[in-house]
Amino acid sequence: VEAGRRGHIPSAFSPLEILRILYDEVLRYDAKNPRWKDRDRCILSKGHGCLALYVLLAEKGFFPPSELLKYCKSDGILGGHPERSKVPGVEASTGSLGHGLSIGIGMALSARHDKADYRTFVVLGDGEQNEGSVWEAAMLASKYRLSRLTVITDYNKRMTYDSTYVVQDLEPLEAKWSSFGFEVREVDGHDLGELREAFRQLPFHPEKPSQLICHTVKGKGIPLLESDPAWHHKPKISDEDLRLLVEGLEGS
Amino acid sequence: MRKACLDMVYQLAKKDPRVFFIGSDLGAGTLANFKSEMPDRFFMEGVSEANLIGVAAGLALEGKIPYFNTIGTFITRRCFDQIAIDLCLHNVKVRLLSSGGGMVYAPLGPTHLAIEDLSILRALPNMTIIAPADAEEMKRAMLETLDYPGPIYVRIAKGNDPIVTRPEPPFQIGKAYLMRQGTDALLVTTGITLKRALDAASELQHSGVEAAIVHVPTLKPLDRETLIEAARAPRAIVTIEEHTILGGLGSAIAEVVLEAGFSSPKRFKRIGIPDAFPDKYGSQESLMERYSITSREIVSTVLRLLQN
Repeated sequence: VEAGRRGHIPSAFSPLEILRILYDEVLRYDAKNPRWKDRDRCILSKGHGCLALYVLLAEKGFFPPSELLKYCKSDGILGGHPERSKVPGVEASTGSLGHGLSIGIGMALSARHDKADYRTFVVLGDGEQNEGSVWEAAMLASKYRLSRLTVITDYNKRMTYDSTYVVQDLEPLEAKWSSFGFEVREVDGHDLGELREAFRQLPFHPEKPSQLICHTVKGKGIPLLESDPAWHHKPKISDEDLRLLVEGLEGS
Repeated sequence: MRKACLDMVYQLAKKDPRVFFIGSDLGAGTLANFKSEMPDRFFMEGVSEANLIGVAAGLALEGKIPYFNTIGTFITRRCFDQIAIDLCLHNVKVRLLSSGGGMVYAPLGPTHLAIEDLSILRALPNMTIIAPADAEEMKRAMLETLDYPGPIYVRIAKGNDPIVTRPEPPFQIGKAYLMRQGTDALLVTTGITLKRALDAASELQHSGVEAAIVHVPTLKPLDRETLIEAARAPRAIVTIEEHTILGGLGSAIAEVVLEAGFSSPKRFKRIGIPDAFPDKYGSQESLMERYSITSREIVSTVLRLLQN
């Protein structure tokens, strides 16, 4: 962020533990061979949360951590939304909301056809679920009983303008996904133990796709980000903003 | 032509296990042979084009070659963002088979008329656009879609269109074909308007005007060399398309001709659908008449351009 001086910063804090557990303990991959055919596919459909993904991919060795310092720079590979052609470990270019689940279903159908044993994970935002294509995709996933597909909702309940309750209420979210044919679990998306246990139980149902609703806090851990909606996307981050961010991080 | 196109999907699937078929609620019995012989690669899904483009992209990222067929307006403008991002940005081998390109569905009204498909898709990087003139050219074009890189849009005409193309020279994606020699005028066509240009050129010959015809079954990438060569001598250039005159064949040819910097002056005219939603029902043919996409109009346009 110091390099790029911009970004969807709070949106990267809400899915941080989800991605942490996925890349530490759940996903099968080889950072030195990012296109290894037996790897699990993981798509960050809410592409604006990419800062969290970049940090983990760098830590795991998909690319040198020095790339992080070129975030949004013209000579860098890491943009404000992740691109498959540029970033090793990124499965799909996302940023336009409501695309990732459909692409993930295509990958899961391919695995089913080839009798490949990789799994597919798609991380959706909550505001993203305003897009109709998400629900078109949900119907298709359940039609084919894609039990090796797991959808994870980063449910931070805050959109750009205001909360999901004000802008577009998603409730009852659990009932929506159940009625669309998913087996649903809900966890505290910042509780590593709960996340770990939920992922261990996958698939939640032998003949249904899984949906893990993760209750999260946007900007988690940094009081400034948690409280101020204006931080959703900052196109320009001043020295003072940066100082406040670092202060918030150190305090947490 | 749709039958020729879908038959080719079946043929391609028989010889190549990467070929998948996706339809969104198509007519009962569509590709029944494909479904019965290769059921694991046949997907008849709901009316959800945006989702299905993404699914096709996911399959293609895993090495499959999905052929997705539905009605032209729904496979283009309904899911344009998915085409741009999922197909073109990822540059994947998905083939969009667009039924009823142009005004085929005239009786069904403007919701079903694909009259801006060529221009909106032409704006997308990595997209290839093919509009064959007849069923035979469709078969030859489809054979080439198997190994060609990136996404391809195939515009399907009504069917039972007269066969006006020839097997030689062989069909190549990205190539325009000189169908007739001539030094007075140049007629440029894509899709079924080739037939009208051929009729017009015969009539013009009676008036002592020799019109060349370049047929452009691949609108993108455009064969600039063939077009520039054919445009060198003629004084009048007329483009004919079953499409809005904004951004389609006529615009593409105008760009090439203007940028070629010919020293001799050229007169230029686009024949196509004006900037309006078609306001009548009837038939494809009656709408073509209404918008003067006819050999008669081509003849009079050429003669008028040459007079001035």
